Amino acid sequence: MARRNDVWASLDWYTVALYVVLVLCGWVSIYAASFDFDATGSIFDFDARSGKQLLWIGCAVVIAFFVLMIEPRTYVSLAYPLYIVFLLLSIVTIAVAPDIKGSHSWLVLGPVHLQPAEFVKYGTALALAKMMDNYEFDLARPACFIKACALVLLPVLLILLQNETGSALVFLALVGVFYREGMSSLFLFAVLCAIVYFVIAVKYAAVEILYTPVGEWIVLTLILIVLAYMVSSYLRSSAFFKIALSAAAVIEILAAVISRYLWAFNLCYVAWTLLFVAIAAAVILYFKMMERRLWIAVVFALFSCLFLKSVDYAFTRVLEPHQRTRIEVTLGMKEDLKGVGYNVNQSKIAIGSGGFLGKGFLNGTQTKLEYVPEQDTDFIFCTVGEEEGFWGTTVVLTLFALLLVRIIQLAERQRSVFGRVYGYSVASILFFHLAVNVGMVMGLLPVIGIPLPFFSYGGSSLWGFTILLFTLLCIDASRSDTL
Amino acid sequence: MRKNHDYERRKYIIGGFMLSIILFYVIKLFALQVVDNEYNRLADNNAIFTRVQYPSRGLIYDREGRLVVDNQPVYDLMVVPREVEPFDTLDLCNTLGITLEQYKQRWSNMRNRRLNPGYSAYSPQRFVGRLSVEEYGVLQEKLYKFPGFYIQNQSIRRYLYDTGANVLGNIREVSPQEVQADAYYMQGDNTGDLGIEKYYETYLRGEKGRELFLRDAYGRIKSRYDDGEQDREAVAGKNLTLAIDIELQRYGEQLMQNKVGAIVAIEPATGEILALVSSPTYPPSLLTGRERGANYKQLFDNPHKPLYDRAIMGTYPPGSTFKPTQGLIFLQEKTLTPQKLYPCYEGFSAAGIKVGCHVHDSPLSLIPAIATSCNAYFCYAFRDMIDNREKYGSPAEAFERWKKYIVDMGYGYHLGVDLPGESRGFIPNSEFYGRYYGTKGWQAVTVISVAIGQGEVLATPLQIANLAATIANRGHYFTPHVVRNIEGTPLKAAYFEPHYTGVDSEHYETIIKGMRKAVIDGTCRIGAIPGVEMCGKTGTAQNPHGQDHSVFMGFAPCENPRIAIAVYVENAGWGAAYGVPIGSLMMEKYLTGEIAPSRKWLEERMLNANTMDMEVADGTQE
Repeated sequence: MARRNDVWASLDWYTVALYVVLVLCGWVSIYAASFDFDATGSIFDFDARSGKQLLWIGCAVVIAFFVLMIEPRTYVSLAYPLYIVFLLLSIVTIAVAPDIKGSHSWLVLGPVHLQPAEFVKYGTALALAKMMDNYEFDLARPACFIKACALVLLPVLLILLQNETGSALVFLALVGVFYREGMSSLFLFAVLCAIVYFVIAVKYAAVEILYTPVGEWIVLTLILIVLAYMVSSYLRSSAFFKIALSAAAVIEILAAVISRYLWAFNLCYVAWTLLFVAIAAAVILYFKMMERRLWIAVVFALFSCLFLKSVDYAFTRVLEPHQRTRIEVTLGMKEDLKGVGYNVNQSKIAIGSGGFLGKGFLNGTQTKLEYVPEQDTDFIFCTVGEEEGFWGTTVVLTLFALLLVRIIQLAERQRSVFGRVYGYSVASILFFHLAVNVGMVMGLLPVIGIPLPFFSYGGSSLWGFTILLFTLLCIDASRSDTL
Repeated sequence: MRKNHDYERRKYIIGGFMLSIILFYVIKLFALQVVDNEYNRLADNNAIFTRVQYPSRGLIYDREGRLVVDNQPVYDLMVVPREVEPFDTLDLCNTLGITLEQYKQRWSNMRNRRLNPGYSAYSPQRFVGRLSVEEYGVLQEKLYKFPGFYIQNQSIRRYLYDTGANVLGNIREVSPQEVQADAYYMQGDNTGDLGIEKYYETYLRGEKGRELFLRDAYGRIKSRYDDGEQDREAVAGKNLTLAIDIELQRYGEQLMQNKVGAIVAIEPATGEILALVSSPTYPPSLLTGRERGANYKQLFDNPHKPLYDRAIMGTYPPGSTFKPTQGLIFLQEKTLTPQKLYPCYEGFSAAGIKVGCHVHDSPLSLIPAIATSCNAYFCYAFRDMIDNREKYGSPAEAFERWKKYIVDMGYGYHLGVDLPGESRGFIPNSEFYGRYYGTKGWQAVTVISVAIGQGEVLATPLQIANLAATIANRGHYFTPHVVRNIEGTPLKAAYFEPHYTGVDSEHYETIIKGMRKAVIDGTCRIGAIPGVEMCGKTGTAQNPHGQDHSVFMGFAPCENPRIAIAVYVENAGWGAAYGVPIGSLMMEKYLTGEIAPSRKWLEERMLNANTMDMEVADGTQE
């Protein structure tokens, strides 16, 4: 019983307050989003969405209470078992779940609909924390790194099998945790390059200037620049970087002039040739200077080339047609206001028409009149944007920013690696949801159906985030105890 | 703790990254919500449904206050696709008198968002438009059998005289271009086409009212927007009173039946157009109701072009009706005196050019020359002006002087009648001839045919009638117009300003004596009206495409004239053959209200005459 008093005394009430405010904002927004002008429904009407959400919130409070009551050590010892249980649950889900809009991710138990994916995140975060807590664990060691990656990728695979691409992508957020725990910056750089190369290669795939596919040429040039930069920085010689790039530029310009005025040909041939000459040069330098890190640059360049060559294949074969179109719409390659672009366009209209102060609570026309689809789940942010305006969206984003900063603070003040890793997992997952959801609603990112934490309607999502956050608070509350 | 301390500063990178993304979103939101206003408009388009209340269109009365055009209810068959349940399709087709094919076509057109951008399965769509009262009656009985279909009232024009189609115009649906050009219109609205319906559209149409409702993405009405604060009542269109005497208009159309041409009658003291007949014409009721499209196409394809308003659009050589203008100019320029005699030996000949004339006394002075319409007289007089190098320096300068008078008399430019499509005719200037013959390569003889209203000169019947009004007024005219009064709005001030021709009124008196003499014992004898002092001038306009046009210009009575008129009958021969009788009958009808028994035979002949066949025969010869 002494423990219970401890919890209330050392609980981080600041975080709890942020949580409560966000959940209440979400509840009010759901009421506004599903408000019907004709029916004067009460916010407490249990047949309406807002009433149900209140029920979910009530459950969430109970869940939070129980999560806090549990001995923090239990989470450490339960980490692996929970991870395995949730994975098994996922496998069961694939087998028995009914088809809901093409996805097999809902487990129906009588009146309760559960999405195990929401809880798999939790299990994975705990398991990852447990794994990294091991004194022997060192991310710099390839074996450890691979083990950690496998731990994360296993649930990703299972969720992909449920056809829930959005939820699977959430696990990418754990890169943040890896980075904090010592993963080389090179990996982050690689991720950045992959995104940039992908966008350029896809967006400019069909654009041709001087018989040259522009997308491919730009990416090749970028790979060359990155290679030159890495080699020169490993050799600690900035002159090398300048000379190599100037030479390449002269050759490219010469080739462009020839292609334009003498004999037209695909400039990518020149770019490929230059790139392989540069790679060969780097290999020779490696043997000459015996600078071990040069092979990193070579491998990086080779993987980049491989990536470039597979983008087209991945884009046209691996992605489903609707996913492809969503990406094309986001990149501005297609305007499809009646089809795929409809949701995003309507959502932009709803947010954009809010103005500075918004149209006022319950006065939004776009969201209420069913123009915006999924207005109380994935597109709930529209309602805030339309009714409360720029002021409202800024307040909501600020609340999230405060919460994220607070979680990082909590994570950093943990004395155990377990607590820190878990804290960063919570921060990363929350941030990924926020960034992808709001980015999607504003049309900056392709439509990926993941909920806005604490706002979107639905029990699974709310409970999942509640458990995630309150476990951290529970662990934090006992930080003065020795684990 | 372990070496992980090395990485502690990474918390700033991770936290910084998260915060900068959120900051980026805030900036983006600022751009989207505060800076860009476009989304507001889009949002309104989306969610606010405007139910338009159509005002009743302005009524049209004639100068005597007789109601000419009013509105009549018609019925549109509407359908809400979502509410349609299985029914006897064939029964509906039979009731509407359409085939099953047309029925299916109608559905697919309605659902085609390109043809019908406002389509929604939840909101009423027009299925068949403009059913008549009879069709409505039959359908109404059976409507209960066709769930989802219902009737909506609309109004169309009703013509109580069914005449004057070219003046009145008609109503049609707006084109997509008009919707783009004028914010007032929406797809499916009506607008005036041709005639005053088009010219006075902004007065006649009134102002649409609107009721605003909120609707959802499926098109279902949810509630009133802003509690009806922004709703507006429809304002009925303005009534118009025509200058036209609708009975005279109808009489003119009867006289012109089976003839091609035009009659324009003007009240000289005001410029009000009493009748504006274009023939062949059509009953305006043809262009109302459901058959409008088919009828319009038929009229459009008709080789006689009934949609073409010859009275204001047709350009013809004015022929001998031009001679009074010549006399007036020469008198004013003092290159001619009324007493001056010119010879005429069956025409004018000089420098190898010959202009023929008919047999009459010779030599003769101006008044008999007008009365007998002597070609030679005006050719000589024209030469004496244009070739007077002492006075003008060169034929070009003399011609410019000449042209200025002609233009001041209303030729060569739009007169400014309140009807769409007026043509300006054509009066050449010295530059025109300079291009043709070289600046110094021409003189009076080169262009002599303009002296008798032939050659390059072209005028509309309206311009010729306007000349008659100018002469009747002894030297000025008012811009001719067909609308006398717009309810609640003063008429354009331009209609009340006299235009002076620059020729003194004493010279007009001389010309009028000639025109009076033409009726007493000259070319217009056949037109003499018992008890009315009529003045007139015939014209026999040669045209390169066929037989001469029969032309008449005149006014009555001689003192305080009340009507001035121009008649043009295409390919009908001498001016005296058709022009004079029709013109005089029109004037008699207007002035006395009936045709004297002694002239019934003439009226009979004109009503029954058919000159169209002659024209067709001519056409085949070419």
